[in-house]
Amino acid sequence: MTVPAIELKGISKAFGPVQANKDISISVAPGTIHGIIGENGAGKSTLMSILYGFYKADKGEIWINGTKTDIPDSQAAIASGIGMVFQHFKLVENFTVLENIVLGAEDGGMLAPSLAKARKELKALEEEYELFVDPDKRIDEIGVGRQQRVEILKALYRKAEILILDEPTGVLTPSEADQLFRILHRLREEGKTIILITHKLREIMEATDTVSVMRRGQMTATVKTAETSPQELAELMVGRKVLLQVDKVPAQPGKPILEIENLRVVDEAGVERVKGIDLTVRAGEIVGIAGVAGNGQSELLEVLGGMRPGQGTIRLNGTPLALSGHGSDGQARRAQGIAHVPEDRQREGLIMDFHAWENVAFGYHRDPAYKRGLFMDNAALRADTERKIEKFDVRPPNAWLTAKNFSGGNQQKIVVAREIERNPDLLLVGQPTRGVDIGAIEFIHKQIVALRDQGKAILLVSVELEEIFSLSDRIAVMFDGHIMGERLPHETDEKELGLLMAGVAGEAA
Amino acid sequence: MEFFVTLVQVLDSTIRLATPLLLACLAGLYSERAGIFDIGLEGKMLMSAFFSAAVAAVTGSVWLGLMAGIGASLILSALHGVASITFRGNQLISGVAINFLASGLTVLIAQSWFQQGGRTPSLFGGGRFEPISFPFAEALDAAPIIGPVYSELLSGHSILVYVAFLMVPLTWWVLYRTRFGLRLRAVGENPAAVDTAGVSVVGLRFAAVAICGVLCGIAGAYLATALQAGFVKEMTAGRGFIALAALIFAKWRPWHAMWACLLFGLLQAIALRFQNIDLGGIIIPVQVMDALPYILTVVILAGFVGKAIPPRAGGEPYVKER
Repeated sequence: MTVPAIELKGISKAFGPVQANKDISISVAPGTIHGIIGENGAGKSTLMSILYGFYKADKGEIWINGTKTDIPDSQAAIASGIGMVFQHFKLVENFTVLENIVLGAEDGGMLAPSLAKARKELKALEEEYELFVDPDKRIDEIGVGRQQRVEILKALYRKAEILILDEPTGVLTPSEADQLFRILHRLREEGKTIILITHKLREIMEATDTVSVMRRGQMTATVKTAETSPQELAELMVGRKVLLQVDKVPAQPGKPILEIENLRVVDEAGVERVKGIDLTVRAGEIVGIAGVAGNGQSELLEVLGGMRPGQGTIRLNGTPLALSGHGSDGQARRAQGIAHVPEDRQREGLIMDFHAWENVAFGYHRDPAYKRGLFMDNAALRADTERKIEKFDVRPPNAWLTAKNFSGGNQQKIVVAREIERNPDLLLVGQPTRGVDIGAIEFIHKQIVALRDQGKAILLVSVELEEIFSLSDRIAVMFDGHIMGERLPHETDEKELGLLMAGVAGEAA
Repeated sequence: MEFFVTLVQVLDSTIRLATPLLLACLAGLYSERAGIFDIGLEGKMLMSAFFSAAVAAVTGSVWLGLMAGIGASLILSALHGVASITFRGNQLISGVAINFLASGLTVLIAQSWFQQGGRTPSLFGGGRFEPISFPFAEALDAAPIIGPVYSELLSGHSILVYVAFLMVPLTWWVLYRTRFGLRLRAVGENPAAVDTAGVSVVGLRFAAVAICGVLCGIAGAYLATALQAGFVKEMTAGRGFIALAALIFAKWRPWHAMWACLLFGLLQAIALRFQNIDLGGIIIPVQVMDALPYILTVVILAGFVGKAIPPRAGGEPYVKER
C-alpha cells in the first residue's frame, strides 16, 4: 500500500465547552481527490484550519507523506507542501496577479528579481495546468472565477503538493464550477492530492474519489464515492433520513398578487442595477429568481421590501405601491402585506447583540398586540416569541439568548418565523438557506411551501440553483439587471439556466 | 530684483517649515500604509521635541538630544502598537491618549527639571543643529539667479532638512521596490492575505509603527534643536495634524506627500513673511495670516482632494478568521 499523503490521527479540538473536533482520523491517498462533507458547524473548517496551522489541535498527530509533522503556523503548513484556497479569497485587491502570487514567497529583499522569476514560473504553471490568468491585471479587474485561479496558482507557486479547497464553488456560476472541476482533475493527473470541503452533495459525487462525512465534530464515515449515493451521504451528514427533494403538490396559481412593470433601480453610486423588468407573481405560486450574485436580484428585493427607492410601477393586489418617499419604507411594506426575509440575516434580518424576543419585534414593533399604553408590552412579546420558537423548532428554545448565540440555521428560523407568522400576501425570501444546515433547510423549505399552499405569493431569490429548482413553480433568470427569460422547472435544466445566467439569451425571452 | 530676493527668502523658509511636516507625514505614511491609523503624530513630535531639547541642553550635544528624542517618540509608538496591534484597541482613542499624554507630560517634566515655566533653557553651540554650507556657497552668492538659489535655497540648512528630503525617494523605493514594501502595502490592504501567506501581520505592523516613531522623533528634534533653539510648550502647534492632512491630500504616496508638505510649508512661510497686508486701505490683521495655513488645510481637504481612498484595512485591528 502506498504511503498516505496526509494522515490525521485522533485529532481533537475544543473551543471552551464546544467540542469542534473529536478524535478524528483520516487518511488521504496521494493523487486523489478526497471530499469532506458535513453540515455547517460540523467541524470541517476547524479541521482544515488545524491542518493549515491556524489552530493548534488539543490532541492528535498529523502525518504528511509518512512523516510526523508539527504545523504551528501557516508558514509550516506551506513548508510541508500544503496549500489552501479559502472560501473568501485572501487576495490584495489593488495588487496585480503577479504581486499577489509573490507576496510572502519572495526571493530576497528586492522585488524585481522575485517578480521576474514568478512571471517565468507562472507561465510554466499555466501551460502545465491550463490555468490562464493575465499576470499584470489587478485583482479587482478580474472576475471571481479568475481570482480563484490566482489562489490556486498561489498554492502551486509555493510548491504545494496537497491542495485544500474550502467551499470553492459558492461564488461561481455552474460553468465556472465545471471549469474548476476540470482544473482539479488535471491537478490530480499531475499527482497532486486535493481535499475538497463542501456541503454540496452534487459536487462530491461529481468530483471526488473518496469522501469523508463529518457530523457534530466527528468523522462518521469514509466511503468510496463510486460506492455511495447522495441519499446515503445526506443521511450520514444529518444522522437521519432527509428529503432531498421538497415534497410539494403542483401549484394552483390564482389571481396576480404582485405585478411589476418596467422597474428600474439606480444605486447610491449612480449605477443602474435593475434595468426595466416586468414580473408577475400570482397567489399560490413560488417564483424563483436565479442568477449569479450581483446581477440586480438583491436590488429588486430591496425595492420590494422598502429598503431602497426605485422607478416604475409595482402593484400589490391591484393597488400601486409608493416606490420612494412616504409609504415606501420597510414598515409601510409590512403594513401593505409584504413580509421580507432579507438576504443577509446577520446585517438586515437581525441585530446580533439583541435577544431573540427583541429581534422578533422588528418591523412589527408598532403592533397593538405588543403595546400597553405608552410602553412596549414585553411580556406579551416574549410570550409570542416563545410560541414562535416552539412552532419553528428553534434550538436552543430560549427567547433570552442573543441572536449571535444561535447557529446560522436557527437564526434564519427566527427571521422566517417572524415574517411567515404575519400571514403576508407576499413573502420575499432572499437566500433563505445560505449558511444553513441541511436539517434546517428542509424545515424552512417546508414552511415556504406551506405558505404557498395557503394561497400566498412567494418571490424567492437564490444563487443556489438546486434550491431554485426544488422550490420554484416558475423560474426567472436575471442577468445584468434584466430578466433573461422565464422557464418552468420541469421544462428546463441547469445547463440552460446556466447559459441564461451568463447572459446568453434563450430563444423565448 | 527685489521681488526675486523676497521669493528666494520665502521659498527658503518654506523648506525649513516643510521639513517637520514632511518627516511627520512620511511617518504617518509608513504607519497608515500598514493599516495602523495614527493621529498621535503630534504627540510623538512634541515628546521628542522636549526630550531632544532637554538632553541637548544638559549634555550640550545635539546628537545625544536627537537620540533621546527618537527614543521618547519610540516609547509612545510602542504604546500605540501595544494598544492597537497586540490588544486590538481603537486606534483613534489610542492616538488621542498619546496626544494628551505628550501635551501634559512635556510641560510637567520641563517645569520640574528646569523651572522655567515649562520650557527648556535656550540651546546654543553644540546643542543645536547648525546650518551646513555647501562648497563655494559664499563665492557663488554674488552670481545672478544661480547664486541666491544655490547659496540660500539649497545650501545653509541643517542636516535634518536634507535627511527629510532624502527620505522621500528612499520611502518610494522601499515601498515599491522591496519585499518589505510589498508586504507593508499588503498588510494595510488585506492582512488576511499576508497572514495566510505565512508572514506575521503583527511583526510587520510593529515594524511600521517603529519606523513611524523614528521619523516622528527626528521631526520633533528638528523643531526644538534646529528650527528653534529649545522647547516651548505646545511647540508642535498642530503640525502633526497638518501632516495627516497632507498625507490624505497626497493619497498616501511619498512624492505627493512631499509636494503637499511643501504647499503647507509655503502657506506658513507666507504667513510669517507678510504679517499685516494692506489691501487698498483695508489692513488684513496678522491673526488672519497666521490662521491661513489651517483654514486652507480645511478647504483643501474638503474641496480639492477628490476621492482619497485610504488603505482598506486601515483602522481595523486584525483578528484571525477561518
